[in-house]
Amino acid sequence: MSGHSYDAENYWKANLRLIVGSLVIWALVSYGFAILLRPMLAGIPIGGTDLGFWFAQQGSILTFIALIFHYAWRMNKIDEKFGVHEE
Amino acid sequence: MSQFAINIMFVGGSFLLYILIAIWAKAGSTKDFYVAGGGVHPITNGMAIGADWMSAASFISMAGLIAAGGYANSSFLMGWTGGYVLLAMLLAPYLRKFGKFTVPEFIGDRFYSKNARLVAVLCLIVASVTYVIGQMAGAGVAFSRFLEVDATLGLIIAAVVVFIYAVLGGMKGITYTQVAQYCVLIIAYTIPAVFISVQLTGNPIPGLGLFSTHVDSGMPLLSKLNQVITDLGFNEYTADVDNKLNMVLFTLSLMIGTAGLPHVIIRFFTVPKVADARWSAGWALVFIALLYLTAPAVASMARLNLMTTIYPDGTAAAPIEYDERPNWVREWEVTGLIQFTDKNEDGRIQLYNDSPAFESEAQSRGWKGNELVVNRDILVLANPEIANLPGWVIGLIAAGGLAAALSTAAGLLLAISSAISHDLIKGSINPNISEKGELLAARISMAVAIVVATWLGANPPGFAAQVVALAFGIAAASLFPALMMGIFSKRVNNTGAIAGMLTGLGFTLTYIFVYKGWLFIPGTNNLADTPENWVLGISPLSIGAVGAIVNFAVAFVVSNATEEPPVEIQELVESVRYPRGASGAQDH
Repeated sequence: MSGHSYDAENYWKANLRLIVGSLVIWALVSYGFAILLRPMLAGIPIGGTDLGFWFAQQGSILTFIALIFHYAWRMNKIDEKFGVHEE
Repeated sequence: MSQFAINIMFVGGSFLLYILIAIWAKAGSTKDFYVAGGGVHPITNGMAIGADWMSAASFISMAGLIAAGGYANSSFLMGWTGGYVLLAMLLAPYLRKFGKFTVPEFIGDRFYSKNARLVAVLCLIVASVTYVIGQMAGAGVAFSRFLEVDATLGLIIAAVVVFIYAVLGGMKGITYTQVAQYCVLIIAYTIPAVFISVQLTGNPIPGLGLFSTHVDSGMPLLSKLNQVITDLGFNEYTADVDNKLNMVLFTLSLMIGTAGLPHVIIRFFTVPKVADARWSAGWALVFIALLYLTAPAVASMARLNLMTTIYPDGTAAAPIEYDERPNWVREWEVTGLIQFTDKNEDGRIQLYNDSPAFESEAQSRGWKGNELVVNRDILVLANPEIANLPGWVIGLIAAGGLAAALSTAAGLLLAISSAISHDLIKGSINPNISEKGELLAARISMAVAIVVATWLGANPPGFAAQVVALAFGIAAASLFPALMMGIFSKRVNNTGAIAGMLTGLGFTLTYIFVYKGWLFIPGTNNLADTPENWVLGISPLSIGAVGAIVNFAVAFVVSNATEEPPVEIQELVESVRYPRGASGAQDH
């Protein structure tokens, strides 16, 4: 354990940055596009309805999957960069 | 071969498979029993999480809810998947690094308090027991409809099967049966959906069929559905909602609740490394999405099929005669889940929305009220019959519904029994218990939990449908904030965490009870459960998210007013943040 060393702090900050970025997208597609911003997307038609409806029923889920895999892949790289990965 | 024999074959075959897996995966140590030995591959674990998570509610009820509510009920789709993003980034990897067996154990160690651990045990047991009642009741319904046995007898058969693999194998037995159950349930859900999608849209992928063209009318499927149901006085399927605040909070409550449910969290303790916990969450959501991307298609297509069954010549023409109703309507009438009353005595089935706006239209057609009541829960189970699919598909649906209910029940029972044997008995009552003694205690608590769950499933309290909301409310308002603060803040101390959990929980329960009745006893509610009475239009089902915010706020204020956690606790927080040094889940 690296305690309070400079590197450990930077590792944690890198993780927090990645989480905040991911959660902004997480909120944007679900609470944004699918719910609050749906009227603004009403002009974009998709299969008999609008883009907001698609985000509410499928688009958010697909985005969530991409977010988790991206996070796992980036964090594993960050673990290695800071040397805190498991052997 | 009769339909009954086919159903027996599918259900019996799947049960035999689960028992064989149980014999192969017998637990030899507490580590096997609590975390399946700690060496489960992330993809295997992802599949097991899928079955663990997708319950009777996802398999049987969700498509029916969406079919009834249309866009407005999209919250279930987003809420029950979005929680995995929170799990993957905010909880699972760090709790895996911590490397203990149960959720209350982390709360007890991090907040250096036996009381905090006991509060967490209490929240876990209430949330999990309420949840398990729904699973057992769902298994009972599937048995009575498909195997023509009494629901109670069906429940006992299901309980014996769960007993064999859960008591023998613990988490190890549960993990591998859940993988098998995932395969059964996803095949059972997908096959009828593919047939129906091809029939209606020509597209073999239901998730794409949803946004394709309806073959018979040449219109987009959703436009056709909107047209048919608005002709009968219903709201448009894709209509926007007015109360966006409530929809946001309801979705958020489901997401936070999902992330805070202990039976899901403990599945992440079974993988070898922190990195595997992250991958597991991704794979879990892939396996869950296979059903969740299909569910909205099943919902809209089944609703359209139902309407065209009743109005074969279009909504402007007369509906079908009662004597000519299809066979599946007859069979479900027997169960009471479809009910018909010929209000205008014309021998035909009028299905429409009894609203003031539609009254003049109804009068001009000589209709005296909606005559057909269809229980939402039968939609998925009746799907193969509505679409005239072959008998083996019906047998498959029966096995799939049972797989969904039993896999979730087993996960919940493990969470309950490990909280009793590990947190209560080993953690509080008898810390010197031997490994063998603890394993025996775990098996006995599992057996007791199964008996209690079966009894509650056979005699479901009248509020069974509402208690699931309670489970999510509790997980969202108590467990999730405590876990997250335990990882992301070094400043939150024992007093703050306990105060936060108790006020979050108290606030949420009070708000639910004011509208739903105290302890759900009918007639004891202070206000009628209608949107006009809700504070700022927030439904009692959506309050968990607000409860979580209350929990966070109280914990921060109280912690900052009291002393810092000791140095060794701050070091513990440091250690869960860095993956290096994670070994298998440890007893000590």
